[in-house]
Amino acid sequence: MQYQSQAVAKPYFIAAIGLFVGQILFGLILGLQYVIGDFMFPEIPFNVARMVHTNLLIVWLLFGFMGAAYYLVPEEAERELFSPGLAILMFWIFLVAGALTILGYLLVPYSGLAELTQNSVLPTMGREFLEQPTITKLGIVVVALAFLFNIGMTILKGRKTAVSLVLLIGLLGLAVMFLFSFYNPDNLAKDKYYWWWVVHLWVEGVWELILGSILAFVLIKTTGVDREVIEKWLYVIIAMTLITGIIGTGHHYYWIGAPEYWQWWGSIFSALEPIPFFMMTVFAFNMVNRRRRNHPNKAAVLWAMGTAVMAFLGAGVWGFLHTLAPINYYTHGTQITAAHGHMAFYGAYVMIVLTMISYAMPMLRGRTAAPSNRSQVVEMWSFWLMTVSIVFITLFLTGAGILQVYLQRYSGDPLPFMVVQDKIAMFYWMREVAGAVFMVGLIAYVASFFVGSRDPEATAVAGDSAAA
Amino acid sequence: MSQAFTKAMARNIFYGGSVFFILLFLALTFDTHNAWPQRDNHEAITEKVSEGKRLWEENNCIGCHTLLGEGAYFAPELGNVFKRYGGKDGIKAFIMSRPKEGVPGRRSMPQFNFSDAELDAIAEFLEYVSGMNTANWPPNIQG
Repeated sequence: MQYQSQAVAKPYFIAAIGLFVGQILFGLILGLQYVIGDFMFPEIPFNVARMVHTNLLIVWLLFGFMGAAYYLVPEEAERELFSPGLAILMFWIFLVAGALTILGYLLVPYSGLAELTQNSVLPTMGREFLEQPTITKLGIVVVALAFLFNIGMTILKGRKTAVSLVLLIGLLGLAVMFLFSFYNPDNLAKDKYYWWWVVHLWVEGVWELILGSILAFVLIKTTGVDREVIEKWLYVIIAMTLITGIIGTGHHYYWIGAPEYWQWWGSIFSALEPIPFFMMTVFAFNMVNRRRRNHPNKAAVLWAMGTAVMAFLGAGVWGFLHTLAPINYYTHGTQITAAHGHMAFYGAYVMIVLTMISYAMPMLRGRTAAPSNRSQVVEMWSFWLMTVSIVFITLFLTGAGILQVYLQRYSGDPLPFMVVQDKIAMFYWMREVAGAVFMVGLIAYVASFFVGSRDPEATAVAGDSAAA
Repeated sequence: MSQAFTKAMARNIFYGGSVFFILLFLALTFDTHNAWPQRDNHEAITEKVSEGKRLWEENNCIGCHTLLGEGAYFAPELGNVFKRYGGKDGIKAFIMSRPKEGVPGRRSMPQFNFSDAELDAIAEFLEYVSGMNTANWPPNIQG
């Protein structure tokens, strides 16, 4: 670690991993409820488990982004963090607020939680991914502002690089777009239109800037390629992200009451959205091929390359599959959507956070550059187990989705929703098996932090190659 | 990438491209606002419908169902359920009849113990949604 204050990233990363485990646990419950309909009913109905699953995902990714920023920005700015104390304080506020919200979901009926938190004063609850009580949303805004202040002051007072500037723009966009979660008109067409300003402009907009800058940072450190080259790529990639992704929002506006020209705008621009992801893949492989050093942390490099490939497959290819309006007319809101959602979130955002954790954690734990070989072997096993399982989860859900579309929407004699669900149950069973393998991978991932921590190569002072 | 293409040029494409497409997006949004009155069935939004939407939200219906294709994929689409169930009474009867302990081995909607007025509000909200112009989506009555 070059700067003492980078240490504040550690609790953020630990919390992220802990919440990740919770997210997958609830994923397994949901998968089982798809085939054993009354599993845990009525104690934990599907809607509650799903809310926990998706909200934990969002919260742990945010923990990951913040941890990444706290680690990355001091090194880029070449100075200590503006206020490490504020970062730690915000960590605890965010963790406690998050935990209370999740407990609220699990222990109180949702309508009771709405009453308890006075949702009627400013109703924002009950919309997908934005289920948090209004008071929690306000808490998120406070944490985000304090975080941005801390990061912004550090950058302002230090060296300004493209990596930290792009990260700051991404984080700023994240905070600004979240403000639309407070706008909830009775008019459903408007409600849905602006709901996407949070959801789409996060995951297909500003989050990609965060992803790009973290990836660029890790590649600079692990490959030793000239910063000028990497930052040029970064700018081109994120330029393409916003050029395609902003109007690409239109692919959500086909069937929710907005004018029909969105079918053209949305189809054309979102069909181009895979381009920045493809460039990211080319970028990562190119930089690793042109590397000037062999970084001892092979696991981190594997995660970085994995991110580039899986983000392209999940967000790019699986997104393109159902983004054109004439196709989306049939696939909208089916298991095809779920298939895309799983691989895109894993490939782009789960993997970039794990890339950063993999790269930074050894230093945060007092190593020179990399964990022991034994630890890396276990970590790489976890990489393959989780990545291959998510591919199979995606394939099974895609199979389920194709059948669902045909039976319920496309055939001459469309069947009711629940009849179709019974017919495609086998795919849900296979998805659950793949999910269980994912959990094994995740356990291996957690275990990798405890394997071989006392092995000599983990504690030895490394040479030049580890200087980064 | 070649040396002729500099980092500064890449940066300018990023800033210029972003600003241009943000402005275009805002212009399209402005036009969408003008087009909504002909499409969004706003004249049907009564106080009862607003209450129905609040009940829809505060019971997290979106956690299982889709509404105009958005939400969870565990339970049927409800944007057109008013038409599928042939009116308000069908919707109310279904919600009321859900067994408290569920159905053995099967998916079941929870019993929410709504009052008759609340059931009415939810049904009217779903009636309002079914009147929106959604470019003929969903493809058929099954949703």
